[in-house]
Amino acid sequence: MYKSVTNRRSFIKKMAILSAMTAAASMFPGILFASEQEEGIPKDANLDWKKGPCRFCGVGCGILVGTENGKAVAVKGDPNSSVNKGLLCVKGYHQIMCIQSKDRLMHALVKKNGRYVKTPLNEALDIVANKMKDTIANHGKDSVAMYTSGQSTIPEGYVASKLMKGAIGTNNLDCNARLCMASAVTGFLTSFGADEPMGCYEDIDHADYFITWGNNMAEMHPVLFSRMLEQKSRRRAKIIDFATRTTRSSTASDRSILFEPQTDLAVANAICYEIIKNGWVNKSFVEKHCSFNKGLTNIGYGLEDKFKFTDKPEKIDFKAYKEFLKDYSPEKVSKYSKVSVKDIKYLAAIYGDPNKKVVSYWCMGMNQHTRGTWMNNLVYNIHLLTGKISQPGNGPFSLTGQPSACGTAREVGTFTHKLPHGVVMNKKDREMAARIWKVPVERIPSKPTYHATEMFRAVDRGDIKFIWTQATNPLVSLPKTGRYRPAMEKKSCFVVVSDVFPTPTSDVADVILPAAWHIEKSGLYGNSERRTQHWDKMVEAPGEATADAWMFIEVAKRMGYGDLFPYSKENHVEEIYNEYRKFHEGVKHGMAPLEVLKKESGAIWPYVNGKSTQWRYNATYDPACSNGEDFHFYGKPNGKAVIWQRPFEEAPEKPDQEYPFWLNTGRVIEHWHTGSMTRRIPVLHQAMPNAYVEFHPDDAKTLGIRNGENIKVTSRRGSCILPASINERGLPTKGQVFVPFFDENMLINDVTLDAFCPISKEPDYKKCAVKVQKV
Amino acid sequence: MPIKSYLAHAIQGKKEELMNALIDLNQCEVVPAENQDVLALVTDTPNEKEEEILKEKIEALNSLKLLSLVSGFNTPQN
Repeated sequence: MYKSVTNRRSFIKKMAILSAMTAAASMFPGILFASEQEEGIPKDANLDWKKGPCRFCGVGCGILVGTENGKAVAVKGDPNSSVNKGLLCVKGYHQIMCIQSKDRLMHALVKKNGRYVKTPLNEALDIVANKMKDTIANHGKDSVAMYTSGQSTIPEGYVASKLMKGAIGTNNLDCNARLCMASAVTGFLTSFGADEPMGCYEDIDHADYFITWGNNMAEMHPVLFSRMLEQKSRRRAKIIDFATRTTRSSTASDRSILFEPQTDLAVANAICYEIIKNGWVNKSFVEKHCSFNKGLTNIGYGLEDKFKFTDKPEKIDFKAYKEFLKDYSPEKVSKYSKVSVKDIKYLAAIYGDPNKKVVSYWCMGMNQHTRGTWMNNLVYNIHLLTGKISQPGNGPFSLTGQPSACGTAREVGTFTHKLPHGVVMNKKDREMAARIWKVPVERIPSKPTYHATEMFRAVDRGDIKFIWTQATNPLVSLPKTGRYRPAMEKKSCFVVVSDVFPTPTSDVADVILPAAWHIEKSGLYGNSERRTQHWDKMVEAPGEATADAWMFIEVAKRMGYGDLFPYSKENHVEEIYNEYRKFHEGVKHGMAPLEVLKKESGAIWPYVNGKSTQWRYNATYDPACSNGEDFHFYGKPNGKAVIWQRPFEEAPEKPDQEYPFWLNTGRVIEHWHTGSMTRRIPVLHQAMPNAYVEFHPDDAKTLGIRNGENIKVTSRRGSCILPASINERGLPTKGQVFVPFFDENMLINDVTLDAFCPISKEPDYKKCAVKVQKV
Repeated sequence: MPIKSYLAHAIQGKKEELMNALIDLNQCEVVPAENQDVLALVTDTPNEKEEEILKEKIEALNSLKLLSLVSGFNTPQN
């Protein structure tokens, strides 16, 4: 899309046009400038185009990267990708610009006497391996930990899991996907017994209604949102935005319905109440394919160290469930949700209409929730009661935030409790891992250890004495960073950080390892619709920057585990993927062969008899269905999905006299998560140079706050000073402020609360109490 | 030597007409949005006076609803 700089004037013109496109992207939800991609490329350019997935969000758009003389000089959408059909968002267009950043990490840096010293990579890897070995020898294998990423490739996640669980024998492995979609995982597992959405993006082409639950898709998943807008325009499909803040998505929707934070639990139950009351239940579907459960209530918030919780599911029947819902009539719920009775009934009527196809979308709003698992269950309840599931245009669909949160974190399993197939608690799953990894089964521990938040608490307590993070920036992204930054600075823990750019996390590292960016290595990602995508290395990484997978293997060899990692430097991605595929053989999760993925723009698992499975659990599409019925929820032993009785429970911290505002945090279209990449892309940085605190205009007027004035946002944990924003990007409800978290110079996560869902252990970044003052 | 970028908002249904009119003005480069009546516009003129004249011509186009400046650069020609 942009040419290497041979002419200053043409470069400035290109920057000018990118600025205009970026400005347009922030003003018009889902706006696309696809034709520019081709027109912007000089006709005489002799570019070599290579396919791959986008580096950013979980949508997994296919990109084509144009290289010339060994440099990546252009990006365009892959027209063969059914995900984006040749389109890209503003971040996608600009992605390769970051790799030429002047402060790129190109060499290993080792802290000596308080200063970073450029060190040969081999020497740095020796230090890492020796330190890891010594720590294990002196303090035991559970004193070392690894914290990886939903941006790690499938091979990277796989070797991380094999090193920690199979070679060393500790479950001290977790990843940043815990912070974004762990509640979706536990939601799927508790309702269906198998993770990940049953549908696919093609649902967009069939649905009559899209209901977005706390999900600003126009900014976070813009290409999917543009596909929805196309259907809105072409087929009059309707978009209903159900949220706590008015956003670009709300303004582009047919209807925006606002609710009081945390009360989505009650509204979802009220929708189910209405569905039952009005006789909209798909009785034959429910009778054949659903069972009913209730779990424990008053389950806590995980605020204390070493918090433990295990749910105790109990069978109930439809009658008991109906009785439970009596507390959730629209009239009762309306009083505290601030959603009108009319709007609750309107939502219920959409789901309840047997002639309308409905897809529900959500992402962080429902997942980053102290009752995130419950919220996921409740939306599944709506789809199960009405039988609107696992069919083209009908289904619940949790979107992911990272490019391989599904492929790497969930499928490979870079969580403390996971294995590439199944969980560490299951003997058969451990036996399978031991057989494929060629390690004694006793070496794989059967108990999970630290989830993300607890892992960093353990660093603070001194229980973890060595931690290695890759492709993630926890000291910007964790909640309550005010506790975890000093924790990582303590001498009791040796910190290794692999990354492409310096970050506040690498600032506290003892060793910094220079990582290759995604097109500088081969790899595979898995997106939100179960699509696995492969790419070949397109350009050389600068200096000694190296793929994380290869750095893990080098460290494993140095630690004496070389026989478990017999991969070659040239072909390790292929060798690792072929080994990993063995874990998922069969009709329920078969992965496409690498030859297919090299040729095509991804394939959706289960990949059976040369074909992707687009709708799981539906016998018309899914060859794994074996009960002779139309649907088969084979993740559960009885083949039935579970409708869960889950109540409304309050948030752990609510606005009060001292801290009178809700704080909600999130993202903006210009920046990817903590901004370590996108803030190095000049046009995106210029478009959104810093974070801000959004106010409702009435609150701003009451407080005498004007746009741009510096405001101190303070909670019981910390404070952050940001400029005020009124009537600009978004509009929070009265009594709420919103702050994006991309800005490392304005660390809003010093303010947030590290409460989490007791089932998924995913923190809630959307709700805590703050006060605001002009400074 | 100003280079400026604008968002040119077309009157509904007149995006094509606006694009053709802008292209005819020579000193304009235009990138139309796929799915909105908006064009990203870059103007490249020898001096501020010519830029002003060009801007007046653009604003006089019947198919234009609104012209909003996004960025401005001033650079020696090379």
